[in-house]
Amino acid sequence: MLYTIRINGRAREVEADPQMPLLWVLRDLLDLKGTKFGCGKSFCGACTVHLNGTAVRSCVTPVASVGAASITTIEAVAGTPTGKAVQNAWLAADVMQCGYCQAGQIMSASALLAKNPKPSDLDIDKAMSGNICRCATYTRIRAAIKQAAGMPAADSRDTLR
Amino acid sequence: MKNAENPMVSPAGESRRAFLRAGVAVGGGLLLDFSLPRPLSARANSPITESTLNAFVQVSNEGIVTIISKNPEIGQGIKTMLPMLIAEELDVDWGDVRIEQALSDPAKYGLQFAGGSRATPLNWDALRRVGAAGRQMLMSAAANQWGVPLSECETASGKVMHMPTRRSLGYGRLAAKAATLPAPDLQQVPLKDPKNFKIIGKSHGGIDSPLVVAGKPLFGIDVSVPGMLYAVFVKSPVFGGTAAAANLDEVRSQPGVRDAFIVNGGPVFNGLVSGVAIVGTNWWLVDKARETLQVKWEEGATAAQSSEGFAGQAAQISARAPAAKVVSEGDVTEALKQSAQRLEAAYSYPFLSHATLEPQNCTAHVREGKVEIWAPTQNPDAGRKIVAKTLGVADADITIHMTRCGGGFGRRLMNDYMVEAAWISRQVGAPVKLLWNRQDDMQHDFYRPAGFHFFKAGLDGGGKLHAFSNHFVSFGENGKAAPSADLNANEFPAKFVPNVELGISLMPLGVPTGPLRAPGSNGLAFVFQSFIDEIAHAAGQDPLQYRIDLLGERRQVGAFDTGRMIDVLELVREKSGWGKRTPPKGSGMGVAFYYSHLGYFAEVVHATSRTDAKITVDKVWVAADVGSQIINPTGAENQVQGAALDGIGEALGQAITLNAGRVVQSNFNDFPLLRMDQAPPVEVHFLKTEFPPTGLGEPALPPVIPALCNALFAATGVRIRSLPIDPKLFA
Repeated sequence: MLYTIRINGRAREVEADPQMPLLWVLRDLLDLKGTKFGCGKSFCGACTVHLNGTAVRSCVTPVASVGAASITTIEAVAGTPTGKAVQNAWLAADVMQCGYCQAGQIMSASALLAKNPKPSDLDIDKAMSGNICRCATYTRIRAAIKQAAGMPAADSRDTLR
Repeated sequence: MKNAENPMVSPAGESRRAFLRAGVAVGGGLLLDFSLPRPLSARANSPITESTLNAFVQVSNEGIVTIISKNPEIGQGIKTMLPMLIAEELDVDWGDVRIEQALSDPAKYGLQFAGGSRATPLNWDALRRVGAAGRQMLMSAAANQWGVPLSECETASGKVMHMPTRRSLGYGRLAAKAATLPAPDLQQVPLKDPKNFKIIGKSHGGIDSPLVVAGKPLFGIDVSVPGMLYAVFVKSPVFGGTAAAANLDEVRSQPGVRDAFIVNGGPVFNGLVSGVAIVGTNWWLVDKARETLQVKWEEGATAAQSSEGFAGQAAQISARAPAAKVVSEGDVTEALKQSAQRLEAAYSYPFLSHATLEPQNCTAHVREGKVEIWAPTQNPDAGRKIVAKTLGVADADITIHMTRCGGGFGRRLMNDYMVEAAWISRQVGAPVKLLWNRQDDMQHDFYRPAGFHFFKAGLDGGGKLHAFSNHFVSFGENGKAAPSADLNANEFPAKFVPNVELGISLMPLGVPTGPLRAPGSNGLAFVFQSFIDEIAHAAGQDPLQYRIDLLGERRQVGAFDTGRMIDVLELVREKSGWGKRTPPKGSGMGVAFYYSHLGYFAEVVHATSRTDAKITVDKVWVAADVGSQIINPTGAENQVQGAALDGIGEALGQAITLNAGRVVQSNFNDFPLLRMDQAPPVEVHFLKTEFPPTGLGEPALPPVIPALCNALFAATGVRIRSLPIDPKLFA
């Protein structure tokens, strides 16, 4: 099937099986390799992209289901108001180790901040628990989200100082 | 920095000859090429047995310093940290440093690997000397040009200065001249006083991080080669099984599929094993075509093995004397008889998968007898050798590009995926990207071996430990333990108790095992430091103080320095408020220590058993002694926090279970990795001591697991003797 999908502000034509997940359309048909494959079953969040501003797992999103929705990937998230701030905070906090999950983390974090500019630690837990970091850089992911939100970095859950 | 005489510290007291060659770089400027043959003295828990250290540094005529990063980057921060050592002593600004990833080329770079937390101890002295030698040559070039004594010259920020005449020259303008000078004796070049460090000891973010946050294609899975096909490789669900027949014609007729064929393979797990390759124009279609694949597998003997069976077998074996003694001192049997108090406990831990988030993959192109490979690997040259042997090509005809690795943890020390990709590429006559799906990755790993430990201890009337025995029922054959399944004669508290017996019995295993972050230690720390906790409680003593008392006088016991461990225990006592807090009902604090990879770590966990039968890890305190200098503080803290959380993830939920020779788990729903809402704050404290700096990728992990289990005991009175922690025990 021929699909026209809106990716990073551009209309792109792809010839694909209707069931082909958006992840593989992005990576292998459109050469947008920033979005990562981790599990293929929406357990890890490495493949997170924005669909009309909402974080979705592209590995379980068939291309046929996308329709006219506007898709943003890590390659263009800097063009969104929260995306650039999140990327900068990620660098300032030196979040990453291997970095493989971080595109997905940044997409989830920027979607969170777009809807909830001052998230609580519980809000961060809820929004980010679908994104696995195998290197377990969670302390810094949390701090970077708060930094991007202009909030103090201290972890409010830490009552044992 | 003045060119003053600095005291020379011989690296680890070893006698070595280093070679430095200087010359003109391509495009002009100074090129330094350094090599240092090095005997290995570190604990042998990686497959690396010999090594040469090499470094390549180039100073361009524009003053830009390019440093070749020769080791694989797996998230340990090596590509940033090693160049910091050179840049510091070269005395340049970090902003003028460029870092390039090397190809795998053992003739040029020596051994290139990531494993064993070795990079810091191996390179700390050597790479600083390379930088210092370069600085010396640039200073000599300036002194010659100005006709002034070298001793009047100094350097800063990539410039040589002569203060008496207020002259200065940038390195770029001196590089060509310096390249014509003889290389100085590396052992004689002056090194900076650490108090003058400008780069070392300051936090530097990951050199490639700006590319990562922008989604640039850096990883193995991102490689793209013109004309590339995609492949999956389906192996027997039972380890060692072989493909006898398959419905290949049906698979070949699936959309996107170009070819499907059986690969015969051999018996070595870290090589090419039997399976079915499916190759096509689109990875998703090729992976989907597997749904139609039907293979007749000859399953082989491993089909009779299961986790449950091993547990039963281990219990039976535990009733007998160990097949081999690891340590035997004094008379444990007699001492136990004489004990005022006796303890017995059986502990176990499961197989674990590495679960790197980037699944195993490799892109290979075989043509006209030459092989080109793009791979995320921790040990490229070992891969080259397997590919050479399996395909019958010369080592020299194989080019390996090392990509960034989406996690390593020891999995990518093996190169099974590399030989699969090369074989498939040769068969189809095209470049091929092989990608495993998550199920392949979880079910065809080199697992952290499970282990079964049967302990006995005897205390005297004062609660002092005077008899200790451990019968470790592990895996292996013919008296040889499987990889990462062995027990060392130095395992604490051996050498700290007058009557000790450590013994091992081996069960044959048809499942591949291998190093997982802090190999050996990641299971042994749990059982030994938990049982010591039982002993402390039985003695009615504070578990932290009991450990300090057991360590005894400050002294050297083999490679282990009791004073360094006592000091980190004291530090974690202070920082965690040990003995001063009163945890609420259902909460408790636990402590453990462990020495591995030359690092001294003591950790305290505060944990809570909740009424909803869930466990909350509230906080972790880490006290560490890894020597005199934390080279890159941001990276160091990140490694320690990650390792501690990794251990908590293992303890809370991870197990690979074998059933009928197959791995039961297939994805992150049944092999859970730690998530954001489970990750506690981790406070990290480094104790700076006079010892040479050592590595940080691994040693923070082992003690956190027993510290957590000991905290849960303090909270509930329930002792965790088997991993992962079963929350039902607290219901």
